[in-house]
Amino acid sequence: MSTLKPPLGPRDHLRGELARPIHLVEFGDFECPFCGQAQIVIRALERALGDQLCFGFRNFPLVGAHPNAQIAAEAAEAAGAQGKYWEMHDLLYENQHALEVPHLGRYAEQLGLDMQRFVADLQAHRHLEKIRSDRHSGAISGVAGTPTFFINGIRHEGPFDFDSLLAAMTLAARFPRAG
Amino acid sequence: MGPSSILQPGATAPEFALKATPDQRLALSDFRGKPVVLAFYPADWSPVCSDQMAVYSEIIDEFRAHGAQLLGISCDGVWCHLAFARDRKLSFPLLSDFEPKGDVARKYGCYDDAEGVSGRALFVVDGEGRIAWSDLAPMGVNPGADGILAALGDLGRSSSRPRPQQGDRS
Repeated sequence: MSTLKPPLGPRDHLRGELARPIHLVEFGDFECPFCGQAQIVIRALERALGDQLCFGFRNFPLVGAHPNAQIAAEAAEAAGAQGKYWEMHDLLYENQHALEVPHLGRYAEQLGLDMQRFVADLQAHRHLEKIRSDRHSGAISGVAGTPTFFINGIRHEGPFDFDSLLAAMTLAARFPRAG
Repeated sequence: MGPSSILQPGATAPEFALKATPDQRLALSDFRGKPVVLAFYPADWSPVCSDQMAVYSEIIDEFRAHGAQLLGISCDGVWCHLAFARDRKLSFPLLSDFEPKGDVARKYGCYDDAEGVSGRALFVVDGEGRIAWSDLAPMGVNPGADGILAALGDLGRSSSRPRPQQGDRS
């Protein structure tokens, strides 16, 4: 059984508080079309589960297949450094076909980020270490592609449509979290 | 019938010499002295985003940190492997268990007779050519690298040579 290492914590990007009973963690890639589909499912699950669910996202860019995935992840982290992580996260997934550096700059402007700082962050790859650390976490946790989900610390096997994930999370909520 | 009895830890890893390119063969014994990870898989060209080999390639540094050599093995022909590796930008060799078909997979106990392909079996072979860890993923489950990396970590801990900074399993 593959388990999440380390468990979801304050250094992760979270939607919802860690104290909530259900933790859903996604290892994702901004250029991966399946991850794009999953975003829609996750938003629907959050509406359905309300304050039961804490969602966390870790980066797992597959740069061999997706040449812009890593710089897009860096852009999201750079936006996060200015308090706009989820806004950038959503913009990237809504614009998966346009993730080259000039596009990323346009999204940053759209979000009203300090552009000097944003550009400097990307040029210096200031957030690459966070992405590498996420990828290491994915490697030792058993990520087998993107998206890979962990529900209360246990890797979710099988499809990631609304019903499958909801059923798995409802079941997981009956047991203590593994991580 | 799928594969039922893959080789277990403690067994000697059967020697092989398989084509990695049209004119180059790689033998298990070429890597004596360092750990080798054998990743048997059914076929090239499975869907991109959930591709096991693409993920392993992405995290190749995790294997290297343990001083290990990763080898992918399937029954696909060497030209197929070449095209697949190029398309997916794979950073490790793919070996062709093509003729006699599945011969090496059979020796490791992971050939799936019903499907005519290798099962998704993983082996960690230590520097002396003994199997240190093995695992067969259930049908339809794409194994990640967590089991491999944990086994490589254990191998590093049990051997006397200094271990690289890697492999906290907690």
